[in-house]
Amino acid sequence: MSNGVIVQNPTAESFYDYKGTHSGILSWLLSTDHKRIGLMYLAAMITFFFTAMTIGFFMRLEMLAPGGAIMSAQTYNSLFTLHGVIMIFLFIIPGLPAVFGNFFLPIMLGAKDVSFPRLNLLSWYLYMIGAVLAIVSMYTAGGFIDTGWTFYVPYSLRTSSNVSLAVFAVFIIGFSSILTGLNFITTIHRMRAPGMGWFKMPLFAWGLYATAWIQVLATPIIGITLLLIILERFFGIGIFDPALGGDPLLYQHMFWIYSHPAVYIMILPAMGLVSEIIPTFSKKNIFGYGPIAMSSLAIAFVGYLVWGHHMFSSGISDTSRVIFSLLTFLVAIPSGVKIFNWVATMYKGSIDVRPPMLFVLFFIVVFSIGGLTGLVLGALNTDIHLTDTYFVVAHFHYVMFGGMGTLFFAGLHYWFPKMFGKMYNEKIAKIAGWIFIIGFNGLYFPMFLMGYLGMPRRYYDYLPQFKPYHIIATIGSWIMISGILLMFGNLISAFKRGSKAPMNPWGGTTLEWTISSPPPLENFDKIPVITKGPYDRS
Amino acid sequence: MNQEPEIVLETHAEPHTHRDDMGSKMGMWLFLFTELLLFGGMFLLYASYRYMYSAAFTAAALHLDPVVGTVNTIILLTSSLTVVIAIIALQKNQIRFSKLMLGFTFLCGIAFLVNKFFEWSTKFQHGIYPKGPALADMSNGESVFFGLYFVMTGLHGLHVIVGLIFFSFIYYFIYKEKITATNFQKFENAGLYWHLVDIIWIFLFPLFYLIH
Repeated sequence: MSNGVIVQNPTAESFYDYKGTHSGILSWLLSTDHKRIGLMYLAAMITFFFTAMTIGFFMRLEMLAPGGAIMSAQTYNSLFTLHGVIMIFLFIIPGLPAVFGNFFLPIMLGAKDVSFPRLNLLSWYLYMIGAVLAIVSMYTAGGFIDTGWTFYVPYSLRTSSNVSLAVFAVFIIGFSSILTGLNFITTIHRMRAPGMGWFKMPLFAWGLYATAWIQVLATPIIGITLLLIILERFFGIGIFDPALGGDPLLYQHMFWIYSHPAVYIMILPAMGLVSEIIPTFSKKNIFGYGPIAMSSLAIAFVGYLVWGHHMFSSGISDTSRVIFSLLTFLVAIPSGVKIFNWVATMYKGSIDVRPPMLFVLFFIVVFSIGGLTGLVLGALNTDIHLTDTYFVVAHFHYVMFGGMGTLFFAGLHYWFPKMFGKMYNEKIAKIAGWIFIIGFNGLYFPMFLMGYLGMPRRYYDYLPQFKPYHIIATIGSWIMISGILLMFGNLISAFKRGSKAPMNPWGGTTLEWTISSPPPLENFDKIPVITKGPYDRS
Repeated sequence: MNQEPEIVLETHAEPHTHRDDMGSKMGMWLFLFTELLLFGGMFLLYASYRYMYSAAFTAAALHLDPVVGTVNTIILLTSSLTVVIAIIALQKNQIRFSKLMLGFTFLCGIAFLVNKFFEWSTKFQHGIYPKGPALADMSNGESVFFGLYFVMTGLHGLHVIVGLIFFSFIYYFIYKEKITATNFQKFENAGLYWHLVDIIWIFLFPLFYLIH
């Protein structure tokens, strides 16, 4: 919102230079500044992302040839569990809200901080405690859990690996997620700058708002479910254990009541980010602001009611399967609304394909592939054939990694100048992007074909006829990882030696581009008064 | 909830501190939603298993003493009333009366827990506990009933304890005059939490003690 006024002089002292009561590392660990907390999340998350990526690399290496190539079946079981748990609970779910949400939500709303800054810091600590516990559980007796990231009973009750500690770690991370969601909802309700009505909020804030509601309303269910697993393992209570009269299917229901909406926790803020980047690089006002904002809420609402589609082959009744399938198809409508509005925003715009925009374009393509194959899995008859095959793995990685992951990179490239006050080499960023996306498709596309032909997921070995596909996928993983390494190498070198970033390098119109890069401690010298829509260029 | 108190920015204080009572209350309500859903998961399980094992649930419920349950219900309802009185007294600046009522609420919470303790230990003595001898002889449905009973009332008891910890802090803050007739949002939030503990019990009570 340029609003004709620059609300601040560009030479203001940045939040990095602020001398608080603590110095050194404590000035970070004890800071309640939303920007520092966001960056602490970023540092932690990149570490976890690279850990899980390395695990993925070794899994692919194992699959290069049939037969146990470099590891035993048990190791492979632990690795795919570890890869899933770290990527999902430590990176994809909290990724955008915790990093970019924390850093930019208050700025985009024209506020000095979130509603509950201390609670915000507590969320970070809970997140870190959860992460540390998950890692510690690897080194305790019994080894790391081998249940897969879904912790399905009854196996998770029987296995000798340390399920209790790992599950408790996820419980704590869930608590962190709830507190972040609660904080954001209150912030959005209470902290908007004067004049910023609901429909003058940036769309990223709408995405975070919808996500925050799911975080608040869905996470407690997995909390209690995981708690029950722990109680069941320690005391033998028998709520899920079929030997004691429990019903394992109820566990699956409870697990997916959270874990399906969690998919939308991952994707909604990412979609909000797309709605920021496209108008900026198309030099146009957003097309269909209202429908985009409302479709976020619609996705959140319908997405809450579709968990049963993870259980089509588990023996639930035909009636419920048909209802869940129908509701699943309904999610495609608000998702389509978004895609069409984005494309309409670009139409007749002056499109400038700089790195963030390039990643968004990649996202639209791979996410559409992921979305359309989701319809194949959402249909009852085809799902019976494809369930628990590599088709599901491919679909999942297209929507989650191609969706949230690619957009995480987009966000990093979009806001890097604002967060660190440095510019990166755009040419290298684009080359890295292309290498990444070529490797990405090389890695995951063969999985659709393998899955269609019957390659089951989570196997460390396979029949010889799948060999060509596995070789392509493994080579794809090498290409993709080199792209990611180049991308982060470029950003790290920019962090060290980049040229100083201007206040508004991309020509963005939202509030974060009206303050200096990096932002000063309290974001705004004077709280801005909003008179125009967020993407209004007139 | 209607009038919105202005956000007071304390520019002289530490950066980023501000007071927003309305926001604080909103945060508390959101937290209560999450608590309701936490128990909601348990109620969902209860409903499913009651449908699956209706006869066994009826039989198992006979082991619970409705008198103890009723006494505990009365204790909790009374404590909910007294905490409201305590807040209103504070708002009218009757600090001593407010502290008295808060103290009474605290004692009610303790009384509830003491009752619960004796109830649980009687069950344990009769061998009714997970993997216990009496429970091993019962049917699957009955063992699930007691599994749910221990988890749900245990989780509820944990919330009672947390509520009591909140109240201890509130008492300390009133004593230190950090909570006053004009700045009582923390107290109101603790009260809201206590009402949640209360309302969950109001559902637990009939589900376990009264439906035979």
